[in-house]
This record gives sequence, C-alpha cells and structure tokens, in this order.
Amino acid sequence: MRALDRKLRRDLRRIWLQALAIALVIGCGVAMYVMSLGTLRSLDESRAAYYERYRFAQVFATVKRAPDRLARRIAAIPGVARVETRIVSNVMLDIAGMAEPARGLLISIPERHAPDLNKLHMRIGRSVEPGRTAEVVLNEAFSQAHGLLPGGYLHAVINGRKRRLDVVGVALSPEHIYALGPGAIMPDDRLFGIIWIGREALAAAYDLEDSFNAVSLTLMRGAQEQQVIDDLDRLLEPYGGVGAYGRDDQTSHWYISNELKQLESMGTVAPLIFLGVAAFLLNIVVSRLVATEREQIGLLKAFGYSGRAVAWHYTKLMLAIVTVGVLLGFAGGGWLGRGLTELYAEFFRFPILYFRIEPRTFAVAALISIGAGLAGTLSAVRRAAMLPPAVAMQPAPPPVYRKTLVERLGLDTYLTQAARMILRHIMRRPLRAGLTTVGIAMSAAILISSMFMMDSIEVIIDVQFNRIHRQDLTVALAETKPIGIVRELARMPGVMRVEPVRAVAVRMRNGHRSRRTALIGLTAESDLGRLIDHDLNPVSMPPSGLVLSAKLAEVLDVGRGDRLEVHAMEGRRPVARLPVSAVVEEFLGTSAYMDIAALNRFMAEPPVISLAYLQTDSRLETALYDALKNTPAVAGVTIETAAVESFRETLAENMLLMTTFNVMFAGLIAFGVVYNSARISLSERGRELASLRVLGFTRGEVSAILLGEFALLALASLAPGFLIGYGLAWSMALSFETELFRIPLAVSRETYGFAALVVLASATISGLIVRRRIDSLDLVAVLKTRE
Amino acid sequence: MTDRSKADGDDGSARGSGRAAFRVRGLTKVYRTGEVDVHALRGVDLELFEGEMAALLGPSGSGKSTFLNILGGLDQPTAGTVWFRDHELTAYDEAALTAYRRDHVGFVFQFYNLIPSLTALENVALVTEIADQPMSPFEALNLVGLAGRIDHFPAQLSGGEQQRVAIARAIAKRPDVLLCDEPTGALDSKTGVVVLEALERVNSELGTTTALITHNAGMAEMADRVIRFADGGVVEVHVNAARRPARELVW
Repeated sequence: MRALDRKLRRDLRRIWLQALAIALVIGCGVAMYVMSLGTLRSLDESRAAYYERYRFAQVFATVKRAPDRLARRIAAIPGVARVETRIVSNVMLDIAGMAEPARGLLISIPERHAPDLNKLHMRIGRSVEPGRTAEVVLNEAFSQAHGLLPGGYLHAVINGRKRRLDVVGVALSPEHIYALGPGAIMPDDRLFGIIWIGREALAAAYDLEDSFNAVSLTLMRGAQEQQVIDDLDRLLEPYGGVGAYGRDDQTSHWYISNELKQLESMGTVAPLIFLGVAAFLLNIVVSRLVATEREQIGLLKAFGYSGRAVAWHYTKLMLAIVTVGVLLGFAGGGWLGRGLTELYAEFFRFPILYFRIEPRTFAVAALISIGAGLAGTLSAVRRAAMLPPAVAMQPAPPPVYRKTLVERLGLDTYLTQAARMILRHIMRRPLRAGLTTVGIAMSAAILISSMFMMDSIEVIIDVQFNRIHRQDLTVALAETKPIGIVRELARMPGVMRVEPVRAVAVRMRNGHRSRRTALIGLTAESDLGRLIDHDLNPVSMPPSGLVLSAKLAEVLDVGRGDRLEVHAMEGRRPVARLPVSAVVEEFLGTSAYMDIAALNRFMAEPPVISLAYLQTDSRLETALYDALKNTPAVAGVTIETAAVESFRETLAENMLLMTTFNVMFAGLIAFGVVYNSARISLSERGRELASLRVLGFTRGEVSAILLGEFALLALASLAPGFLIGYGLAWSMALSFETELFRIPLAVSRETYGFAALVVLASATISGLIVRRRIDSLDLVAVLKTRE
Repeated sequence: MTDRSKADGDDGSARGSGRAAFRVRGLTKVYRTGEVDVHALRGVDLELFEGEMAALLGPSGSGKSTFLNILGGLDQPTAGTVWFRDHELTAYDEAALTAYRRDHVGFVFQFYNLIPSLTALENVALVTEIADQPMSPFEALNLVGLAGRIDHFPAQLSGGEQQRVAIARAIAKRPDVLLCDEPTGALDSKTGVVVLEALERVNSELGTTTALITHNAGMAEMADRVIRFADGGVVEVHVNAARRPARELVW
C-alpha cells in the first residue's frame, strides 16, 4: 500500500490548485459553522454568567405608585425568589456643550447596600452615598460618549425642576446592555443615558417616600413565569400597574437574543451551501481522476489489489482534501470566532467573557464535512471499485454526443461549429452542467441573501421616517396637557408645524390572544405622523375605530371589521370593545392608532395630548432646544434625524463586516466551481482542443470553445442565483421577523447587479487561469497519444 | 535547388512542377528531457516539390514525425531554416504559424483526432468555415467516399471511416500541402487501402503536395519519392520509377 500512497501524494500535488479550491470551499463552510456556533455559545455563556453574577431580574413591572409594604405580598407570590422595588423615571438632560436635549432613565439604587437584583458592575469611581442626594452613577457608554467621569456633572429636569447631578461613578448593568431610549430603535449613547441615583433622593423628588413605581423579581427554579406575571398584575392593578413582563420582552435582553439568533441562522444555512458545493466539486474531480486512471485501476486489479483497496485509495484522496479543508476551517473559524466574540463583547460591554468552542462543535463540523465528501465521491469510488480489470485495461468507449433539441427543431442554421460543440458538450452531461450552474448560482444567492438586508434597511428607513414619522422632533410631555399647549409649542423658535398626539398604554385582547401596546391618537389632518397602506400610500385616519399595524393584527388574529377588547392601563382604566377600521403597514413595533378625539372620548377625558410632533427649521434648532430644555412640561425630546442616523450607522457597521466576508465567500464559490469544472473539461477535451489548434484555430478561438461553455453556464446561473438568493432572503427575513422588527423583503437592482458582478468577475478570473493552460497545450504530444 | 541530399542523385522532380514547396536547410531539433539532450533531427537538408507525394520512411525515433511537425508549423526547430514557397516558416511566431496552418496545411493523424461532438459533415465544416476558398464539406466527404454517412458522429463510424472524415477535413480547404502521420497506423490493411486510395485521389485530382509518414516500405511504393530517415537524418532519397496504385499495395 505504500506505493499507492506515494501515488496519492503525487496525484494531490498534480491537482493542488483544484484540491486547494475545494479545501477552501469546505474551509469556508466549516469556518462559518465554528465561528457562528463558537461565538454564539461563548456569548450565551458570557451573558448567562453576567446575568447570574449580577442577578439580572426575570420579571419586570411598573406602576404609578405602590406602597413599599406591597413588596412583601409580591415576595409571597408562589415561585418568586427575590423582589427589588425601585423608582424609575424618564427625564430630560442638559449637558454642558451639547445643544440637543438628551434623555435619561433615572433608576434608584439603595444608598446603604448594593441592590438585591440588577446589581451594578462598577467600572470607575464608587456608588452613591447616603445623604448625598446629587450623586449619580452613569452607564459606561453614555459616560464615554460625553467624557463625563467622576467629578463631572450634568443637569436633569426632575419632576419639573432642573437639578444638578454630580457624577461619582461609571457602571455597567445586565439590565441595560442595550440602552435604548424611549421611541428609539437603535442605541444612541450620546442622546440616551442610564443614571443611577440614590433611592431617598429620587423618592423625595417625586414624593414617593415609602413607595415605589417599579418592581423586578427573580423566580425560583421551576416556577411558571406566566403564572407569576398574572399574579403580579392582579396585585399591582389597583396601584396603576401597566402590565408585568418577562425577560423575553425586556428590551435589552430581547435585542441581544435577536443578535444571537442571527448568528445561529448564519451558522446553519451558509455552511450547508458551502458543503453542498464542495461535494459537487469533489464529485467531478474524483470522477475525472477515476476516468483518466482507468487503465491504472485495471492494472492494480490485475496485480491483485481488491476493489475495496482501490475504493479506499480514492476515498483517501477525498479525505485528504476534506481534512485540509476542515483544518483550515477550524483555524479560520476559531480565529474569526474569537475576533467576533471579542467584537460583540466589546459592543455589549460584557464585564465577563468566556471564549470557548466546544469539542462537539469541531466534531460535528468534521463529521458533516466528511459526510459531504463521501456523498460527493461515492458514485465515482464505486465505479472504480466495480470496474472489471479486463474492461479497465481497454480504452474507454468514445463519448457519445447527440444533436441538441435546438438543432433537432431546426433552429441551428446560424450556429457555428464552435457553438454546436459548446451546446452539445453541455447537453451530453446535462446533470453536470446543471450542477455547475447551481453551484455558481449559490455564489450569487449567498451575496443576495446577505446584502438584501441593506436594501431592506433603506426601505424601513424610508417607510418609518419618510412616510410614517415625518416629524423632526417628538416632544414627550411629563403628563397629559390640554390641547392648548400646542399653541405654546408653536410659538417656540423655528417651529413650523405642531401636531398633537396622545399615547395611551393599553392591553388589547381577542379571546386568549392579548398584547400590550401603545394606542396612539392622531388627528385626521395629521401630516407629520401618517398612516400608510400595504402599497405604502398614505391613508387617512378613520373618525372612529382602531387602526392596527399589520403585525399587531396578525398577532391578535383580527382583520378589518373585527372587534377587539381594549383595556386602558392608565387614567380611569376604561375598557371597551372597539372595531378595527383599518390595518396599516409598519415595520417597527406593533402600534395601534386611533383618532385623537375618539381616543380622548374612550378615555373619558377632555381634549388632552401627551406628545407633540414638530416640524422645525434646522437653522434655529439651538434656540429651540434651549427653549424645550427650559419648559417644565416637557419630559423629553426625540430627534428623529439622529434616530435615523444611529439606526443606519449601527446596522451599516455590522453589515459591512458581513458583506466583506460574503463577497469573499461567494467569490470563492464561483471561482472554485468554474475553475474545477473548466480544468476537468480541459483534461477531458485537451486532445480535441489541440486538434483544433492544429487545424489552424487560434488560441483565442480554442479558448472560446472551452470557456464559452462556462461563460454560458455562469450567465445561465444568474437567473436561478437571483431566484435562490431571493428565496434565501425571504427565509431570512422571516426568521428575523419579530414583533418589534419586521424586515421587508426588498432586493434592489444594485444588489442583483453587484451579485452578478462578483460572480462573473470570479468566473472570469478562473477562466483566465485556465486560459493560460489552454495557451500552453502541447500540440505534438497530444496528437501522438491515443486517449 | 543546387544542393540535394547526398543520395538524391538523379532527377528529383519525378512529378509535379519541379518547384520546391518546402526548402529545408540544416534543420536541427534537440529536445531536452531532464538531464539528457535528445537529438531528434541533426541538420536535415531537403526539398519537397509542389504536387508530389513523398513517403517519409523510417523506424520510430528516426525524426520523421518531428520533421513533419515542423513543416506543418506545429513545432519549432532548434536550428536551421524551413522555407514554404517564399516564406521562411522558421521566422514565424506563434500567431503566424497558426495562420499558416489555417491557410495552407492539411493534417491527417494516426488517431484521426475528430471532434467527438460534431458529425462527419460538421467536422469538415469546422475547417471550411475558417478557410478562404474551401470546397463544400459535402464535396470533400464525397471525395473520400463518405457521402452516405455525413450525419454520423465519430462514435458511430468505423476507424477507416473516421480516418476518411479526417482526410476530408484536411483537404476541404484545398490546402497547399497535406501532411499525414501514419494515417493507416491504427487500421487493418483492408481499411488502410481505402484510406490510402483517398489520399492518392486527393493528390492526383487536386495536385496537393503530400507528405506521408509510414514505417512500412510497401506503402512507400505509392509515392513519387521515398525519403528514408534514420537517427535524425535523411539517409536515402529514392525516386520510384512508377507509383504503384494504392489498391495494389500489400503490407
């Protein structure tokens, strides 16, 4: 067997570039798998450890005001482990040197001991001390965005009074890994900060002594979360509870889980595509090798080697290639995984980081790769094993060609002989041509399925910010105010248009389906805040009844004309069965709308508003910000352009990295498929091409016959590639869809064009490399030998 | 036409115009394989005349194939010159050689080298499509007696038929020279005769200068001249008093 192994080594050396191309395709698949799963597990474990050590709560609820003694009754709910009550409040911030008003979430912490739940990880400085009511701790991202360190200060409007807050510490919290301001869709560390302040100080500011307005708790092992939430809701209802929720609905946790989910889908779909392509490449390479070594196989068998020994010989060749690919994949995946984990950990600011790829992940990757290799080479290896030695020693029968359908239909008048050769060669092995086409198509598909995200994001931005929310600023009022405040806002500098908005926290119920959401009241003339239909055209607000976003309608399983039970969770808490008047398109969140007058009637309140949409003159924005900061009724301001920018920036950063990877991977697939197929074709047809050269065909003409076939296949692959890509994009959009975020399936012409460009460029490069071999065909040697 | 190879004593222009189609001087070809130099040709001087049929005879390794390949523009010599009419082939680059093959040369090989994906007719059309003043592919196939099998693919033809398609393909462009390297080497003698008859007919009817490699002395009797190769050189040029018709040949 040692001589055979030597043959194997030399065979591999001879086809090294082909073998390497296949190994790289396998390597990509394995690397994607190892990277994604390794990063996923590492982040999952790091997050779990972070949550565990800093006692991240499992159920959260806010109330208007509840007495401290209620905490004991909450703790008595079956299944509750620990309870922590707090005071939280959204405030407007004023930071020296910053024109825009920022928003902050004030969260109380005990002055005398560490919090029982949602503990802080101090990064710099210390926590607050008893009696020092102005001391605060900032979350690290916000502190860094403003260079606010212990010793610095900022101002906040707390309960209508502007107060100076002194920074004494910088911290991280498992509760706010993803710090999202009210109404924001992406974190903006400059415009939104988490501020921890002493409980006594905050209680005094809001007259909440011996009371709380937020509670969080952990569960005992085996407790039923929904049961606890229901019990908690019953306890809190008399105190203005707006509905408890579990970790799954906690914003920060939800966002991180979504990021991790994306890693998971990246780690399953893409590797399968790569391994499928690799199996196909191994199939054509090993098939060809068996065909060219036909006589050698006969010889080996004549010498007494068994069919099994021959089969094992070719299997070893496959295993060698797969092993190189798997090892490359391990190295690449491990390296990328560590890098990605660190990147994420930095982005999430995990204080604890485990990086570990389980041996299982490696084992599964290796096994799947070998499985793909076996699947690809099985038929060729079998053929080698079954070949009777006497037959093997004779030359293979000449290839049989037929006239193609096109020609039989008489459409061949204009075909040159070269075109005929190309067509007939494709049709002689339709399966191989088909698989080559699909292989190249996968390259375009991978690109489209990753790059469509950018297109979709642009659609989301266009729809959410140009068609639905057209306001420049959203002003949140500290509490509802008579509609007359609109005039007051309209008088502020630079304000061109003000629209009144009322938002009410509600729970909507249809049978057993129910959702918490904000019911937003707009006027019929509302032009800054609009509703749009499925075709993205504006629709006017119906005078009565509910307007639901498509996702909310789906979740509640209702359509136009159905009725919903609506429970208001504030004010007098009215309950009514309201009809659904329209369903509108929206990609972010699950909103519900109503005519503002109808909403106020439902609430049994006079015409009041809680928000205002402003259209402003940007030249006067500093003066306007100044005015807003000094208006006590204003609780916060959301700057929509800043929201768009942070949305785009955050996503673009992630996308750029992924797109770079995908362009590389897709290019590699197209290169690998075309290069290998063309090399095989060249080896099968070298004699034919040399004959043509002898007959006086130029190098260019001869290359055109061989490469024309692949140019044709590459072009033919575009349509199925686009289709498969669209299908993959569809499934990804679906798998990423949640109640907070819907991804519209939009693939731009630019994306299709770019995918086509990458595919054709990679195919051209591999074609040029093969072309050099065609140019150096040895005419004399080829003609002297019989194939 | 002053110099002749040493053995070529008498009138060399047994047939044809007496004008040389090829003039070869000091043709040398050295292949370097690894550490060893193989002298395939050692300074050959020779003429091939317009319209004649010359048989190149010799054992394998005597240099006749190398010689023919250089005349056909498939290979380039290490030293020496080859003139085709007024053109110095040895000064041609790759592109010029390709054009030369395209415009002037017809090849027939031992293993036919047909394009398997093209029918008999299409194999011939392959060449007529790029030639200047070709005959029709059908006419060429008729000339070799294959008019009835024009729609067959090579895999559907016998060896002799395939070789006749190859001859039809070689002559369809009305080449100035026809170079045949053991055209009957892979055929039995009966089939071989049919193929040789086709060559004979092309040479006499079209007046195409024909060089025919064989290592079979019997077959050489159908030629005007017999040029004998050994050890990379021409050792004898013999003029046949009369050409023996192909159908009478035995080997």
